Amino acid sequence: MPLDLFTVGDPIADTKAPTDVPIGERWSERKFRGRLVNPANRRKMTIIVVGTGLAGGSAAATLGEAGYKVKSFWYQDSPRRAHSVAAQGGINAAKNYRNDGDSVHRLFYDTVKGGDFRARENNVHRLAEVSVNIIDQAVAQGVPFAREYGGLLDNRSFGGTQVSRTFYARGQTGQQLLYGAYQALERQIAAGTVEQHARTEMLDLIVVDGRARGIVARDLVTGELSTHFADAVVLATGGYGNVFYLSTNAMGSNTTAIWRAHKRGAYFANPCYTQIHPTCIPVKGDYQSKLTLMSESLRNDGRVWVPKERGDTRDPRQIPEAERDYYLERIYPSFGNLVPRDIASRAAKNVCDEGRGVGPGGLGVYLDFAEAIERLGRPAVEAKYGNLFDMYAQITGEDPYSVPMRIYPAVHYTMGGLWVDYDLQSSIPGMFVIGEANFSDHGANRLGASALMQGLADGYFVLPATITDYLADAPFEQIDDSHPAAVEALQGVQEQVQKLLSINGTRTPASFHRELGKLMWDLCGMERTDEGLRKALDRIPEIRQEFWTNVKVSGDWHSFNQTLEMAGRVADFIELAELMCVDALHRRESCGGHFRAESQTPDGEALRDDENFAYVAAWEWTPEGQPPVLHREALEYEYVHLAQRSYK
Amino acid sequence: MTITDQGPHSAPAGTQEKRGMNLTLRVWRQKGPQVKGKMVTYKVTDISPDMSFLEMLDVLNEQLIEQGDDPVAFDHDCREGICGMCGLMINGQAHGPQQTTTCQLHMRSFKDGDSIDIEPWRASAFPVIKDLAVDRRAFDRIIQAGGYISVPTGTAPEAHSVPVPKKDADNAFDAATCIGCGACVAACPNASSMLFTAAKVTHLGLLPQGQPERNDRVVNMVAQQDREGFGGCTNIGECSAACPKGISMETISRLNHDLLGALRAGARPKS
Ligand SMILES: Cc1cc2nc3c(=O)[nH]c(=O)nc-3n(C[C@H](O)[C@H](O)[C@H](O)COP(=O)(O)OP(=O)(O)OC[C@H]3O[C@@H](n4cnc5c(N)ncnc54)[C@H](O)[C@@H]3O)c2cc1C
Ligand code: SF4
Ligand code: FES
Repeated sequence: MPLDLFTVGDPIADTKAPTDVPIGERWSERKFRGRLVNPANRRKMTIIVVGTGLAGGSAAATLGEAGYKVKSFWYQDSPRRAHSVAAQGGINAAKNYRNDGDSVHRLFYDTVKGGDFRARENNVHRLAEVSVNIIDQAVAQGVPFAREYGGLLDNRSFGGTQVSRTFYARGQTGQQLLYGAYQALERQIAAGTVEQHARTEMLDLIVVDGRARGIVARDLVTGELSTHFADAVVLATGGYGNVFYLSTNAMGSNTTAIWRAHKRGAYFANPCYTQIHPTCIPVKGDYQSKLTLMSESLRNDGRVWVPKERGDTRDPRQIPEAERDYYLERIYPSFGNLVPRDIASRAAKNVCDEGRGVGPGGLGVYLDFAEAIERLGRPAVEAKYGNLFDMYAQITGEDPYSVPMRIYPAVHYTMGGLWVDYDLQSSIPGMFVIGEANFSDHGANRLGASALMQGLADGYFVLPATITDYLADAPFEQIDDSHPAAVEALQGVQEQVQKLLSINGTRTPASFHRELGKLMWDLCGMERTDEGLRKALDRIPEIRQEFWTNVKVSGDWHSFNQTLEMAGRVADFIELAELMCVDALHRRESCGGHFRAESQTPDGEALRDDENFAYVAAWEWTPEGQPPVLHREALEYEYVHLAQRSYK
Repeated sequence: MTITDQGPHSAPAGTQEKRGMNLTLRVWRQKGPQVKGKMVTYKVTDISPDMSFLEMLDVLNEQLIEQGDDPVAFDHDCREGICGMCGLMINGQAHGPQQTTTCQLHMRSFKDGDSIDIEPWRASAFPVIKDLAVDRRAFDRIIQAGGYISVPTGTAPEAHSVPVPKKDADNAFDAATCIGCGACVAACPNASSMLFTAAKVTHLGLLPQGQPERNDRVVNMVAQQDREGFGGCTNIGECSAACPKGISMETISRLNHDLLGALRAGARPKS
């Protein structure tokens, strides 16, 4: 590896999990050993929470209930619009209501294995333990989960597991869970414990004497820049999948908050771990602004296939059974259509690369419900998947009840994120990171229905319990606008905003975003190679250079200016893309969603290299022109033994 | 949308992208809340019927930015019909000619050569921020007034301790799918927010967990919507017809029923 791409710094370790007790006791032990803050003191402490998705919404509400002064920020008009709202399929919990052999240990095991042995055992075990409390909490809030005729909760199964542990609310589980958290948050806003900052974007972190003490934010309606101070800062700003331009994320999903915190000293862990979801509606044209997911739960009943012959352009209904290749069932007989996402996505790419893809450009495979409709009847299929079928019909103009759906993989989730310890504290003391924005629980691949679980575990149960140990030393020295660190941060943001407006070049921010996204999809997407990543690393600095000399942002900064918002986000995506490619290049193994063509088994499966890469790559930012510094956190497996994943 | 069995089928491999629609847009432009607005005419060309309505507006905005003009401000985020952030009056109809969100409306609902009027939601409780973007925070304040179940984190009993009849759970879900977009208000001649409020009252009121606060919830939420300046409900039903989530008029009957019951039981709004 050439030294100029990165340098190696000291190893890091999580020092918070009490590893002197067995894994099942560590979470209670940590809560016991951590210091507490008494209720009278909580009123004197301020906590900033950026983001109101499942993670940030649940955290802000819970911290408000606990008596802290909370300041909550989000970029949409209402906290109810955070992109968690779009999650369809469900949320896992080890309730074992099906009596099918599920347990905390099995959920822990499945998640570590599903993550291809690149997640921390301690964190994952805690997640599995807490999962059961989430369902209780949500039900008490009035989340209308699907129920059976006896009035008890229903479950379904999801990819990568052989038990039924997924709770769901038709195809709108994320929406319903988010509204539960949103309502709890609004209750606290009404009670005066949470101060709200709608349509306000965090643009920098303020660090004083090595502690996170505040943020710089822009009011997106008036354009006003302001500083906000606190004893601790929590980032819950979601994933950065939009670095690929096209993804299942919302248009405003961004990396800005975590990226700017990274530039202030927070390590960024495993940035190259991205999840490409196997069941999305294929791209239809170059005007396309986003991709839409078709819930993975469809794979419970839908069968995935392509024609056996290349270039077969017949109407799918005219292709006889014998001339179809149900490739997932063929290659993975024991998991069939329910293999984990990374495997299903790559298999789709492979058949399309062979020229057997269907639909425009040959970039699609069929997801066929004919057999399910025959077996269960149309009403049953409608009851289970009706809203998804309608959505498909709305977008494509095709009727999935009579013609097989066409699907193709799309960027969906980012396992990477800011590095945090067991307490969810970043490498900057006082800054905590929760939800998709951190890297913590999913290793190199996330199992379906586990992100909602993690977001709510972090926000309702983990962060409120761990943050007290840090706040036991608070309140910290009062600071205000005149503090040099605040002045410097505010000026930096001001200069950047003015610079963006003054370039007055010829290309729109969106055109740069599209170019960057295409490059990342081609060279840092489903399959990565040494050569391709180097090409990307040559090209990205050129895109950055052109962006900062030729972007065109109209309007001014002191008003509602959506082009300016987008330009700032694209600028950060360009920088992040470079780090993602360095990370992907340095990890010369395949693991989970990170597939390096050079590292595969004879039958084309991802081949890990545990000897050299069983670690978390935590990257430290260095000023422009200098290579990032790699800090390794060794991963040890005490309870789940390292093994090659097999779903055959 | 309705689909017939003979409907369009899968495009075979290698099909070209369809383009070619030319449209005239008349768009409401308003620089800020205090400034007067007006309709401005633009042309867009070579639009694909497969584009979403917002992707068509993206095309317009890219043109405007390249010409150095101010792009049209409009709200949107998920672009998959679930966040409730988008919402435009299209030819006088909230979210346009189909019963869906603006982001899920596709250009195949229009014809080449059409002229389309695009305006913001019009209601005094939803002031215009800029162009087509409005401020809907009044909805959040209605929720703050009582649209929740008071259950602090960590206090919940085991989920199976209270069974909920499937029918109630399903009906609660149907009401809970309201995305807070505001189309009901925009479609209503009185600019009433009744359907929005009723959806939440119905969702929580149908569940056993929602019973203890049921009376207070309905009186306080209704009082808040009045305070926000939304109009009164006269049961016209335009709201439900425009609602992308199909929230039914039954929720409004349920709200009225609950409100009466609550007032009879002595519940009064907090001042
Ligand atoms: C289409 C789709 C379907 C999914 N389905 C499932 C599923 O079925 N099961 C599952 O477990 N997971 C699913 N996931 C994943 C899961 O939904 C997400 O990982 C999770 O909801 C993320 O929650 P979050 O709270 O971390 O972030 P988000 O919900 O994305 O919230 C981010 C918040 O941060 C705010 N924010 C962002 N940037 C800034 C900034 N710079 N300044 C101020 N505020 C900011 C936003 O306003 C928002 O409030 C799905 C994801 C997608 C996209
Ligand atoms: S009731 Fe329907 S139209 Fe009104 S806000 Fe809810 S989803 Fe939108
Ligand atoms: S943009 Fe989210 S509903 Fe339309």
